[in-house]
Amino acid sequence: MIRENIRMAWLTVISHKMRSFLTILGIVIGTASIITLMTVITGVTDSINEEVATFGADRMTVQIEDGMKNGVSSAELERLEAIEGVESISPTTTQSVDVSFSNQTAMKTVLGKSDAYFTDSTVADGRSITPLDVTSRTQVALIGDTLAKNAFPTTSPLGETMTIGGARYTIIGTLAPSSEFSMSTDDAVVIPVTTALHQFHQNTIASFDLYTEAGQSESVNEEVTRQLTTAFNGRDAFTVTSFEDALASIDQINALLSMLLIGIASISLFVGGIGIMNMMLVSVTERTSEIGLRKALGATPGKIRQQFLFESVLLSVLGGVVGVLFGAILALGLTMVMGVPFTLAATTVGLALGLSVVIGVIFGYIPARKASNLQPIEALRNA
Amino acid sequence: MSTLIDVQSLTKTYGSGDNVQTVLNEIDLEVKEGEFVAILGPSGSGKSTLMNILGCLDGYTSGRYRFGQKDVTGLSEAELSLFRNKQIGFIFQQFNLLPRLSARANVELPLIYQRLSKTDRLKRTSEMLARVGLEDKLDHFPNQLSGGQQQRVAIARALVTNPSLLLADEPTGALDQANGRQIIELFHELHAEGKTIIMITHDIDIAKEATRIVHVRDGRIEKEERVR
Repeated sequence: MIRENIRMAWLTVISHKMRSFLTILGIVIGTASIITLMTVITGVTDSINEEVATFGADRMTVQIEDGMKNGVSSAELERLEAIEGVESISPTTTQSVDVSFSNQTAMKTVLGKSDAYFTDSTVADGRSITPLDVTSRTQVALIGDTLAKNAFPTTSPLGETMTIGGARYTIIGTLAPSSEFSMSTDDAVVIPVTTALHQFHQNTIASFDLYTEAGQSESVNEEVTRQLTTAFNGRDAFTVTSFEDALASIDQINALLSMLLIGIASISLFVGGIGIMNMMLVSVTERTSEIGLRKALGATPGKIRQQFLFESVLLSVLGGVVGVLFGAILALGLTMVMGVPFTLAATTVGLALGLSVVIGVIFGYIPARKASNLQPIEALRNA
Repeated sequence: MSTLIDVQSLTKTYGSGDNVQTVLNEIDLEVKEGEFVAILGPSGSGKSTLMNILGCLDGYTSGRYRFGQKDVTGLSEAELSLFRNKQIGFIFQQFNLLPRLSARANVELPLIYQRLSKTDRLKRTSEMLARVGLEDKLDHFPNQLSGGQQQRVAIARALVTNPSLLLADEPTGALDQANGRQIIELFHELHAEGKTIIMITHDIDIAKEATRIVHVRDGRIEKEERVR
């Protein structure tokens, strides 16, 4: 009986090719949008996560803005570094000063950093700042990618001399281009943090990054907040931003965006469903005599309902399958253009196909019931 | 011969109050197994309504209808469907074949509503089409067949469930003389094999082919005559 139903439904669908195609168009568009949106969103999320993973999710940034005390002292920093779960602290000082190379002078951002700032991928060429540079306040500098290309278009900057705020520095390296998820250092100069403090007559650090051991970020966050609250006598003078927070908010935005887009796609699926219902109602009217004949020959109302439900489900599933194919192709193209990974999740495909079956049943039910309620004598009279 | 159809005081009215229209008025009819009965009457006489009620396609207002030993009053629609499927083979004036199905698939239709294996269905379908002389037209579609051939497919479809009653509504009405004749000959053969046949017609010459003619006029049975 089920095989017969599928066969009959298929016969009806292919005998009205154009009409069936137009009917399923709404479902095709709805399903294709769901697949495309889900795949692209997944791709973007994956790529952000990947980026953050290489960057260090176990990192938090502390910013201090206090009118009375400009930052934390080295001693306070050492106490923070001693907190259980803290791997290292990378302090930052920031100044805007005149920087000159042999032929040009310009105002640039000069960042004071310690050796803790550097990872395998920070330096493009040359060497990084060493602990020795920090302890002995050497006058060495690394320059950003853009700055290096502008100041030394043809030669290597390594070993060259530059002046920062009048003091002479030796260029020991160039920085790799910044990733899009951190503050850009492309046009900046990095020097040892101790050198910077000394040269600019400062003794406190207003900003530092804190690296935690995996999974410790929450407890470290609490302890850092407690110690800083004490250090600033309870003043609201600092902010602690962890990357885990940032990740969570990215996830939240993604979830919201997905829901919104899925909502829009659902509207087109709904419209597609109405299209199917409309077409099925027409089909029931057109086939009144067929329904009457089938009833005369022994079809129960249930069998008639089944037959028409199979037809609407077949239509919507066809729409779903075509939509999944189109959506996958579209998503492949988009992710390639956007440079994010393409992963077509089985759950996404399952969801899209499942939805189309549900739509076929929901929107096919009223026409199918109408067909099954036709009296055989009324139906046959139309023959 | 035992009684197959037993109708007593069957009345069918439409409308209500002052607008009551009586289509069938106190009909009494008995048909024995193996009979070939013609119900003859002009259009508007109520003969089509009578056929619909006999075929369990339509209900009635009052009276009693027994088919075999079974009172069909009060059966649900689903029960009536199954009853029609097993007991009654319909033959219509316009054949009522499904145009998108082959002759074989059309004949198979009533069997699909029974729990029969595909092999059994194919076997019986082919047998029935051979019985009506269309063994070489199994895969033809209705529009590839002549009117007479289409009606023979319809007869095969009516016979395929081996029903107790063949109910034919103007079976030759849409056919020319020669083809109509062939259909009547087929009815004679089926009658000779013991089939019970009720044929509705407005044509006295066709009605005379039966063994008994029931004249219907204005919703009543006017007279019954035995022809042969």
